[in-house]
Amino acid sequence: MRNPLSLHLRSARLVYDGVPLFENLDAEFAAGRFTCLLGPSGVGKSTLLRAFAGLAEVGPGAVSPELPRVAWMAQDDLLCPWLDALGNVTLGASLRGEKADLAKARDLLAQVGLADRAGAAPHELSGGQRQRVALARTLYEDQDVVLMDEPFAGLDAPTRWRLQELAATLLAGRTVLLVTHDPREALRLGHDIRVLAGRPVKLGPVLSPQGATPRALDDVSLLAMETKLIGEIADGAA
Amino acid sequence: MIRAVIIALGFVAAWYALVAATGVPHYILPGPARVAVAFADNAGFIAENAAITFLEIVLGMFVGLLAGLSCALALAMSRLLRVWMLPLIVASQAIPVFAIAPLLVLWLGYGIASKIAAAALIIFFPVASAFYDGLARTNAGFLDLARTMGARKPLILLRLRFPTALPALASGVRVAAAIAPIGAVIGEWVGASAGLGFVMLQSNAQMRVDLVFAALIVLAAFALIFYAAIDRLMTALVPWDPKRIDR
Repeated sequence: MRNPLSLHLRSARLVYDGVPLFENLDAEFAAGRFTCLLGPSGVGKSTLLRAFAGLAEVGPGAVSPELPRVAWMAQDDLLCPWLDALGNVTLGASLRGEKADLAKARDLLAQVGLADRAGAAPHELSGGQRQRVALARTLYEDQDVVLMDEPFAGLDAPTRWRLQELAATLLAGRTVLLVTHDPREALRLGHDIRVLAGRPVKLGPVLSPQGATPRALDDVSLLAMETKLIGEIADGAA
Repeated sequence: MIRAVIIALGFVAAWYALVAATGVPHYILPGPARVAVAFADNAGFIAENAAITFLEIVLGMFVGLLAGLSCALALAMSRLLRVWMLPLIVASQAIPVFAIAPLLVLWLGYGIASKIAAAALIIFFPVASAFYDGLARTNAGFLDLARTMGARKPLILLRLRFPTALPALASGVRVAAAIAPIGAVIGEWVGASAGLGFVMLQSNAQMRVDLVFAALIVLAAFALIFYAAIDRLMTALVPWDPKRIDR
């Protein structure tokens, strides 16, 4: 059984070009829940995410726990062009010098709908398929904490829709933090939604829309919420 | 392939026409027929020397590649080396191989070693700089991903940075294949007792311009075939190179 962790932010501080972007930012992202961090570009939401991955600094002791490993997924699929889909899924094992669990990798490729493409090179795959391989690679890492930085931003609408569905299903039970600037994505995927906006940048209250994820977004109350979120982001960006 | 044959035939025709029209004496510019005869008469002699030049090119390529690769790897791994050696390596390019070729002959003798050294020296820099650039320009996203995976440093170099640098390295090797023959022939010009460069120099001194041309054509053909072979090899080695995918 999975024993997920909650993520904490204490007095986080980010200075950009000599100007403080945010200071004394505190937050908790709940264990085992899918949290979407929503905000306009340039508010430092990616930096917060990177801080949890150990890739950026937002002040001493600001992020806890300090994780030696996380499952990480970025907007760029970051597939190695010299490896086939299977090799990309097991990249982590190969970089740690471990023996790759090929059965597990094949099973994950099947779960993302690419069972018959295990031997395909990245340049033979479509953008959506490539991001599916990246999702399988993220799952192969099998970490309690999954950090995603606008993973579906570069995809067309139907492809994005299907991948959101896959992500919601396959990442259930883990502590997921997903950064996005798309309120619709946040409403579709987030158990909890936090808006990061304003000047100085502040983190809004936890918003927990009704219904199981992935939400179909055909509910009027969700549309009203989307309008409200867009307003908050727009005000924050001004 | 057909295009290459047409270009070659066109070139020979133009050459023939030029000689016939100007009536230039054969000891200044021999016609294609005379060169063909010189080639046929001296086929064994030319082949013997061509084999030596070819050996010099291949061995020079091997030594230069090995040196360039190890140098780039060392530079990529150590900041200390980068700071102290990189300016030195760049500065070394200010000295043309032509200028130090006589020294190579003095130090390594008239034999094949000084020619291998000249060829290796001339390709060292393009290989080292191409590979080093490739290693230094690993996509930052890959390195982030590797860190979140808890990757080991030597494995990042071997399994992430090295393969990402391969397309750049392939370009460097292609350049090397094009200029390695120059290095070998420079070596032969400043002092040799065999090789196509030696044949050309000696025939020139004896006013056997037809033989100079015969050797020159063999050298050019060699260089072209060598380049084409290396080019094929690199394409097969780096199938994800955008250059090939775009074709």
